[in-house]
Amino acid sequence: MSAVASLQRLRRLVVAVPYLWLALFFLAPFAIVLRMAFSQAATALPPYAPHWEGIAQIGEFLSQLDLANFSLLGDDPLYWQSYLYSLRIAALTTVFALAIGYPLAYAMASVPARWRGILLVFVILPFWTSFLIRVYAWIGILRPDGLLDQALALIGLEGEPLRLLNTETAVLLGMVYSYLPFMVLPLFATLEKLDRGLLEAAADLGATPVTAFFTVTLPLSLPGILAGSALVFIPAVGEFVIPDLLGGPDTVMIGKVLWSEFFSNRDWPLASAVAVVLLVVLVLPLVLLQRARLRREMAA
Amino acid sequence: MGKTTKRLTEAIAACAIGLGLLAAPAAAQDKQLRIFNWSDYVDPEVLDAFKKETGITVVYDTFDQMETVETKLLAGKTGYDLIVVTASFLPRHIPLGLYQPVDREKAPNLKNLWPEIQTRLAKYDPGNKYAVNYMWGTTAVGYNTAKIKERLGPDAAVDSWKIVFEPEQLKKLSNCGVHVLDAVEEMFPAALRYLGLDPDSKKEADLNKAGELLRKIRPHIQKFHSSEYINALANGDICLAVGYSGDILQAKKRAEEAKNGVEIAYSIPKEGALMWFDSFVIPKDAANVEAALKFMDFVNKPEMAAKNSDFIQYASGNIAAKPLLSAAVRDNPGIYPSDEVMGRLYTITPYDQKSQRLVNRLWTRVKTGK
Repeated sequence: MSAVASLQRLRRLVVAVPYLWLALFFLAPFAIVLRMAFSQAATALPPYAPHWEGIAQIGEFLSQLDLANFSLLGDDPLYWQSYLYSLRIAALTTVFALAIGYPLAYAMASVPARWRGILLVFVILPFWTSFLIRVYAWIGILRPDGLLDQALALIGLEGEPLRLLNTETAVLLGMVYSYLPFMVLPLFATLEKLDRGLLEAAADLGATPVTAFFTVTLPLSLPGILAGSALVFIPAVGEFVIPDLLGGPDTVMIGKVLWSEFFSNRDWPLASAVAVVLLVVLVLPLVLLQRARLRREMAA
Repeated sequence: MGKTTKRLTEAIAACAIGLGLLAAPAAAQDKQLRIFNWSDYVDPEVLDAFKKETGITVVYDTFDQMETVETKLLAGKTGYDLIVVTASFLPRHIPLGLYQPVDREKAPNLKNLWPEIQTRLAKYDPGNKYAVNYMWGTTAVGYNTAKIKERLGPDAAVDSWKIVFEPEQLKKLSNCGVHVLDAVEEMFPAALRYLGLDPDSKKEADLNKAGELLRKIRPHIQKFHSSEYINALANGDICLAVGYSGDILQAKKRAEEAKNGVEIAYSIPKEGALMWFDSFVIPKDAANVEAALKFMDFVNKPEMAAKNSDFIQYASGNIAAKPLLSAAVRDNPGIYPSDEVMGRLYTITPYDQKSQRLVNRLWTRVKTGK
């Protein structure tokens, strides 16, 4: 009996580790941010009020918290417009990354195994240079009379400079470029494991390669597509550096709004409220998706 | 000896060892001064000379934005002995008790500080109690001389805020590139001054008028950013930038070093411009106040102040350094303006909570064009 019990205890312990991790590094910081989101900016140290005066004053402390920051987020069109804009840019980034990443991953998975390692290194290679420097390099490419304009002139397409820098196109280019590896890697992992025998079977049964792709390969690579899209979409919504360096006044993403509330306006509570809403916007669809999946599995 | 006593002695011994370990780095800390400053903002030779004279090792950490410093200060602990802070942040910080008063008796060279600058700085730090000015400058217009001539004609003069605030004229520069600082406290005073209003006005009606003016020029502005213009000017990517004198002169220097044919000039408009002051302060949690004072004293020796000013090409807050400067710095009106221009430079008082929120809102609307 004791052997079984201790094994169970061990199993429970192993399961507890990720939960502990989650509580320590996600829930605890989130609680701090959430508490700040209900405070108000003040000339104080730290710059918000009320402050936690100990358990005895808990009633007074709680009574001073309010929803003003959240109602401001609803009232001022700046905030919800920035949220929508960020979601739009992130969605576009995901679509483009998928459109480029899928053929890339497919090709990588199709070559002889001895080449795959090298190709994989090529995908990871950019990470050896600082992310900031790679985004900065895009300024050199996109600036008026920059590398892109020069290259176009070289092949005879001379004309007015393109003036892409500080536009939405520049932001999208930078985003797709930066997030592409996060799409390619999970796709490659799924496609590599795909049983090629299934495709042969499909061909034997009279399917054209196109039909085989849409009925066999694509459905089987769906987990890779979902994982890649989530890895690109979620960080892309909150992206700050790329729109800051490559964007202009028209590309106001929520990350930048959060930055200026926190740093320029010293409004930590409002910045916290922006962050809380951002988290809800990102997590809620995922939770609903997971629920729907579970229900479907239960029904099946 | 009983078991308990033995355990107790062991515990005491362990504590003693622990204390010894703690005490050792503390002694080393006496010989260490931790400075938090902009990058390349002190001549490395001056740091070497300081170490040679005092035996104190300087740990020089850098930041790229004043906001980073402020966030560290407001969070409660910095870990530094000496920080360079821009004057406009002082009125918010001093009442919060973030700094220690400077004991001027221990830094006799502070007698060399420029009285005129001290008076102006006192607007932010009443009685000059906490901040010791290091460098100062202005916020005005940097431009690409060739491109401005090309767009606005050979006689175009960049001597007035008109170049920025006249929408019809700015339009001619829009496809050539215009950057302005993403900073409320820099852009609103300039707009108010151009409108003939008090640049320090906190009246709602005045601020609205300034916001209206800024909204009109917004379609022709490519970027609101507080540092990107340095590279953009130096590379010849843009025509015009409203920025800090030091940054624009740095862009000029970079273009000269790159020999890319780009010529940058800096102009203080005839209506006047806002002054900025970078000053040393000692944070409340400084571990080595003595060393911080020694450093402030050392960099205010006239020859050291001149060396730093020559190195970074900014105007020193030390008047005794001026005769020792190289002519290139001393005679540059963008660095040391004439007395007449000096008279037209202005400072502003900080926004209170209400007007701060108003200008922030106005500024956001300017930037997003809504």
